[in-house]
Amino acid sequence: MSLMTFLKATAATSALVAVAAFATGLTAGEAAAQIRIGSVLSITGPASFLGDPEDKTLRMYVDRINAEGGVNGEQLELIVYDSEGDANKARTLATRLIEDDEIVAMVGGSTTGTTMAMVPLFEDAEIPFISLAGGIVIIEPVNPFVFKTPHTDRMACEKVFEDMQARGLSRVGLISGTGGFGKSMRGQCLNVAEAYGIEIVADETYGPRDTDMTPQLTNIRNAQGLQAVLNPGFGQGPAIVTKNFAQLGIEVPLYQSHGVASKSFIELAGAAAEGVRLPASALLVANQLPDDDPQKQVVVDYKTAFEAEWNRPVSTFGGHAYDGLMILVDAMRRAGSADPVAIRDAIEETTGFMGTAGEVNMSPDDHMGLDLTAFRMLEIRDGDWTIVQ
Amino acid sequence: METFLQFLFSGLTVGAVYAIVALGFTIIYNASDVINFAQGEFVMLGGMCTVFFSLWGLPLPVAAVAAVIVTSLIGVALNKLAIEPARGANVVTLIIITIGASIFLRGLAQVVFDKQFHRLPSFSGDAPIDVLGATLTPQSLWVMGGAAVIVVVLWYFFTRTTFGKSILATSHNRLAARLVGINVELVLLTSFALSAAIGALAGILVTPITLTSFDAGTMLALKGFAAAILGGMGNPLGAVVGGLLVGIAEAMGAGYLSSEYKDAVAFVIILGVLFVLPSGLFGRRGTERV
Amino acid sequence: MSAWLMQPRTGGLLLLAAVMVAIYLAAPNNFYLDVAIQIGLNAMVVVGLNLLIGYAGQISLGHAGFFGLGAYASAVLPVHLGVPPLAAPFVGMLVVGLLAFLVARPVLRLKGHYLAMATLGLGLLVFMLLTNESQFTGGPDGMAVERLRIFGERISGKDWWYLITCVMLLLSVWLTLNLIDSPTGRALRALHDSQIAAQVAGVDVARFKVIAFVYSAMLASLAGSMSALYSGFVTPDKAGFLHSIELVIMVVLGGMGSTFGGIIGAAVLTSLPQFLTVFAEYEHMILGAILMAVMIFLRRGLLPAILDALRRRRLS
Repeated sequence: MSLMTFLKATAATSALVAVAAFATGLTAGEAAAQIRIGSVLSITGPASFLGDPEDKTLRMYVDRINAEGGVNGEQLELIVYDSEGDANKARTLATRLIEDDEIVAMVGGSTTGTTMAMVPLFEDAEIPFISLAGGIVIIEPVNPFVFKTPHTDRMACEKVFEDMQARGLSRVGLISGTGGFGKSMRGQCLNVAEAYGIEIVADETYGPRDTDMTPQLTNIRNAQGLQAVLNPGFGQGPAIVTKNFAQLGIEVPLYQSHGVASKSFIELAGAAAEGVRLPASALLVANQLPDDDPQKQVVVDYKTAFEAEWNRPVSTFGGHAYDGLMILVDAMRRAGSADPVAIRDAIEETTGFMGTAGEVNMSPDDHMGLDLTAFRMLEIRDGDWTIVQ
Repeated sequence: METFLQFLFSGLTVGAVYAIVALGFTIIYNASDVINFAQGEFVMLGGMCTVFFSLWGLPLPVAAVAAVIVTSLIGVALNKLAIEPARGANVVTLIIITIGASIFLRGLAQVVFDKQFHRLPSFSGDAPIDVLGATLTPQSLWVMGGAAVIVVVLWYFFTRTTFGKSILATSHNRLAARLVGINVELVLLTSFALSAAIGALAGILVTPITLTSFDAGTMLALKGFAAAILGGMGNPLGAVVGGLLVGIAEAMGAGYLSSEYKDAVAFVIILGVLFVLPSGLFGRRGTERV
Repeated sequence: MSAWLMQPRTGGLLLLAAVMVAIYLAAPNNFYLDVAIQIGLNAMVVVGLNLLIGYAGQISLGHAGFFGLGAYASAVLPVHLGVPPLAAPFVGMLVVGLLAFLVARPVLRLKGHYLAMATLGLGLLVFMLLTNESQFTGGPDGMAVERLRIFGERISGKDWWYLITCVMLLLSVWLTLNLIDSPTGRALRALHDSQIAAQVAGVDVARFKVIAFVYSAMLASLAGSMSALYSGFVTPDKAGFLHSIELVIMVVLGGMGSTFGGIIGAAVLTSLPQFLTVFAEYEHMILGAILMAVMIFLRRGLLPAILDALRRRRLS
């Protein structure tokens, strides 16, 4: 091959790549008379059951807010990208939101892993980021530009252990998923167990795609003096654990985490889910709340709206997105501006905000603003959630 | 003892599925020399189609049969549209075509169906059966029994029917098979249909236990491929033995060693076997042509 | 001097450098540089892997494992073993090289699909190690990486990293092209045609396969370290099976046995998902269809196909 052919070929290909690369820029070049907010969610991939309802919720409510006249007289423009649960993709997409789409704020990050990958970018760019993931590392230590809406995994452990304590159960077997969620919650539970007088007598794990957990559960069953089992994890794993648990005829109470707080868990686990307890937000039991419950209005409204629009049962994960968007909009209204730093300051001053997860009172040291009372202990009875009194 | 038995049941159930996936790899490999990485998607399609056909109103048995037929047609389409046009391409290129197909099918399932997990009801209830102190679900028996039936039927087909024998002949020498009047195109088409059909069947049998979703196939393809290699690529007996061994290794690893490293146990065994027997347990030990 | 310039090798390198400058000048904002940096890092791995797949004819479905080890070397070594951050990538590269050397002989004895399985298994073992040893690696959510400091200056800007990536990629390409042109490289090419023929001709087949394996592993490790330092965090995903597959696809897509083709493969596959975001749900279907179509119709890869087309046009 002569030099010329080679040069031509390389030039042709690189031109092609370059043209293609810059074509994407054109799509983002519309008029900017709008307030742009961004979101990177795990819409597909192993955490799609988080990202999918979050995506649907954000789109639905941004449309509603715009139909009602927008925020501070301007329309919202929502840009959503799918990270597929991959932290590296999330990071690139966050760069795109910040640099190319020039957003003023972000509501997103379905998982702790993707959130943590994006945090340094928002910190450097000084743009507020409201995360929808559970891990406590997101807000501890506090990062000035990072907030989150769901309860932390530590709070879930505390709520569960509180309930065990009340029932006089202290010897607990753990079976955790090895995904980010299960692994992180397992760590938190081990940390706080002692404070509640809980002894972990068995500590097993399973992979994110495992289909049979009977060997691990057999080992847990064989642990001396077992009184309860806790399963931190999300996705299909906990449903299989619940079924295997019933198959092995283990007679102690089974606790799941807030990671399975959606109706689909009951459907997947079937009859085996009877009697399972888990901590969750009021959203799942919206209609059972007493009328004087301060959260009732918010959760019933969100549940009705979501189910009417998408024709599927509501999950707490979509609720986290609702809370995030509403906290942001509230902050933008109070700030009276779409300047990222002004928005950040206003978010930090959020007090008395009633969301699906509970009452939010933020402060410079607390970028979540929820306490344990916002969690309800639920039990599955007759294929539905009931509130444990 | 009952603990061991419990681990064994777990391993055999999971292993039976790996075995069927490995058989699927074997059938297509023998007919076309292609390693079909979309094999796991056949299993996913079997489960997902059944779930959705029954949601759309078909009675469960009809939905299951329809799912097997649809998946076979997709297998045939894969051969016609992607494998045949690329005949003669490099092995690595062919692997990438099947990976492309697997990404495509996953994307298709996500658009046509949805991104949620789904289940099917167990075929004969959920009451566990007690065997010497260990418990077994009726569905596990369905999976193991189904796998056994598939193996026997395939064995009969390949060794006792003329058409089955002609497929085997093609796998040994395509040119010679053509010369003796075997319709090689038909052989290829049958192999893909058959492989997709047993994959779909496995998917239907196992969904009541494992649940399914659009991306359930990737892991199965990985484990099935590992099983086929462990047994020796191209050997149906090897595929079955390999599948069961991988399943049992995982269950025993999870039970006795460490649940975090149970997958590692299976892969370490495979690496160990390959270092000693470079063509797997039952693989052909041929010499390379120059 | 002009003879030196007229060599395709030098011409290609100069052109590559020119493209790099052009991209830098044309990039409207840092997002484009970010994608370009990732293309460059992937291309470094692909250039090495291409030597193994395209020249030595040995497939590897586990190179992301080496990439991941390199990435974690620059994350873990400074924190847990007190290695200076600037030295960590090179320590990692040496360790990975040694590791690759140790496993190379038994693994490379295997052929075809068995080799694919063995490399896949090795990659998965690395992945499991990184996922499960969370006291060192932070587990599945990964860990933060200390930003690199040179003379007390924090290297975090995209401009800096674009420069570093470009220089390292040019160096890798130059080194690889020299390897290909050396007697070793000719032996490697002979190897791809037929191992036995090469053996008969007196080529120490095993030795050359080991060289290609170790070289590509070390390059992957270096790119992994750079990627970790650049992004400021690491997750085990980067060591995963899917990333290994992606790397092989880049090699084949660009054109097996073509070093510059590999760079094009890396560019296309790294940037493709960014274009496909507009298709939202249909992204995977389209990605799968493109992969199949390219491999069916341009089975030798993009660059060879383009070269052929150009040559045909000149002839007609």
